[in-house]
Amino acid sequence: MFKRLADSSPAIAITVDGKQVTARAGDTVAAALLAAGIDHCRTTPVTGAPRAPYCLMGVCFDCLVTVDGVGSRQGCLIPVREGMKVETQLGRREAGR
Amino acid sequence: MIAAADLASSYELVVIGGGPAGLAAAALAARAGVSTVLFDENPGVGGQIYRAITSTPVKNRAILGEDYWDGAALADEAKASGALIVNGATVWSLDRQRLVGVSIGGKARVIEASRVIIATGSQERPFPIPGWTLPGVMTAGAAQTALKAQGLIVGGRTVLAGGGPLLWLLAAQTLRAGGTIDAILDTTPNRNWLQAIFHLPDFALSPYFGKGLALLREVRAKVPVHRAHTIEAVGTDRLREVVFSGPGGTRRLPVDLLLLHQGVVPNVNLANAAGVAHVWNDRQLCFVPVLDADFGSSVPGIAVAGDGAGIAGGTAAAERGRIAAIAAVRALKPEAVVPDTQAIRQRLQREEMGRAFLDCLNRPADAFRLPEGDTIACRCEEVTARQVRETAQMGCEGPNQMKAFLRCGMGPCQGRLCGLTVTELIAAERKTSPDEVGYYRLRPPVKPITLAELASLPISEAERKAVER
Repeated sequence: MFKRLADSSPAIAITVDGKQVTARAGDTVAAALLAAGIDHCRTTPVTGAPRAPYCLMGVCFDCLVTVDGVGSRQGCLIPVREGMKVETQLGRREAGR
Repeated sequence: MIAAADLASSYELVVIGGGPAGLAAAALAARAGVSTVLFDENPGVGGQIYRAITSTPVKNRAILGEDYWDGAALADEAKASGALIVNGATVWSLDRQRLVGVSIGGKARVIEASRVIIATGSQERPFPIPGWTLPGVMTAGAAQTALKAQGLIVGGRTVLAGGGPLLWLLAAQTLRAGGTIDAILDTTPNRNWLQAIFHLPDFALSPYFGKGLALLREVRAKVPVHRAHTIEAVGTDRLREVVFSGPGGTRRLPVDLLLLHQGVVPNVNLANAAGVAHVWNDRQLCFVPVLDADFGSSVPGIAVAGDGAGIAGGTAAAERGRIAAIAAVRALKPEAVVPDTQAIRQRLQREEMGRAFLDCLNRPADAFRLPEGDTIACRCEEVTARQVRETAQMGCEGPNQMKAFLRCGMGPCQGRLCGLTVTELIAAERKTSPDEVGYYRLRPPVKPITLAELASLPISEAERKAVER
């Protein structure tokens, strides 16, 4: 859905659900997920529907992800850091049962 | 990087939000000798309009346009003023005593303020159409943020839909950056011109007139524009196509990315939670805080500046920030020298001149504000328009009661993406006005914080005794 104008910023390695993803300095978690072509970042608590970042400005909360073990963080407000562990979150607890 | 522990226990002025209003306010107050801290939740200052102004990877100035680069002067001015500017700082609470709850890097503090200027700006108006929760549907503002902050441009088949200046600006910026837009679905009702035309003479004198025309020409030369009365985003796991109806009948476009926009509205959550009185603005179709001529709110010592005070744009926001800051300086340090308010008010008036025209022309159609059937009204709790309408018909009179019935507005976004929709749906069903229906009563924390952060806040002896048995 998105591509980078230029890949000039330094690369930053993060993992998303255990897989290596190369982000760039200046990326937020949500931007890094979009740039990497990840199709969704969470599922909803009510129906388990997939959601991806929607507003990128901190108001919609659709980009909630688990960052370094802390759940429900707003991915669009958190800058990426080398070695950061990002996990998509399953909103509906029953979904995996 | 400033840590929560580095903050003083009190400041004369706390400014919340680092967009044009907050930056201008903090700079003016700090230069007048007022101890000032500015909290901003983003990684860098600029707010949304000047997003990433100090760090954007988009170096070709023509892409974002000169209006964007105006923000650099504001950021420099604030930095040089002596105000303490803290980024990555999320304000989650503000009360009538002007205690400011703020979280920085996972650590919370409560700071006392003699005066507070809320400069939390605006957000994009909810755009509840079928399928708007699907991955692949985003706001135009989101795409613009990704462009400014990360140098990301749209790839794949992209359609923009809606109306308002930002939609056309994003289109122009995307084209200048080498991106492709497959189509624009213009949802502006033709009859809006009937109202807007009365305000055309004023608009013709405003700085936005020439810029707006140039923008429309630039985009229309390269992108097919279709009129749309209804729009549907279609797909199961993600967006696959956009279906729209217009003068030429119903059409389907296969698409990867749909960017929605129908104007911006004040971001009311913090002011509302602080007890600031709000009133319905029928021209802008949103709630705005009740403010005096210096942007002072109904809560003593708390002002609301910038687009949070009602939509007027980035340049006006800076002037409003200055007026609010001058009032704060006068209250705190009557002997301090401040700039001439009259000159600022004149500049503000000029900026606001074309607003009536823009508001009337870009007034979103009912079809895109008052959803029906299974269209989701509350994204977080997945509450449909039908549920809200039926509950209103059953006798539910307001949004707060609606929460109890349906949980709408109770998810993580705290009503930001459904509040206006729910109010307008209730008003429509009960044949009353949105002002009569009112808005959600919001409460802190207005942003999520962890229990550990709350628990680690220092407590006074009196507070401890109050819960001891």
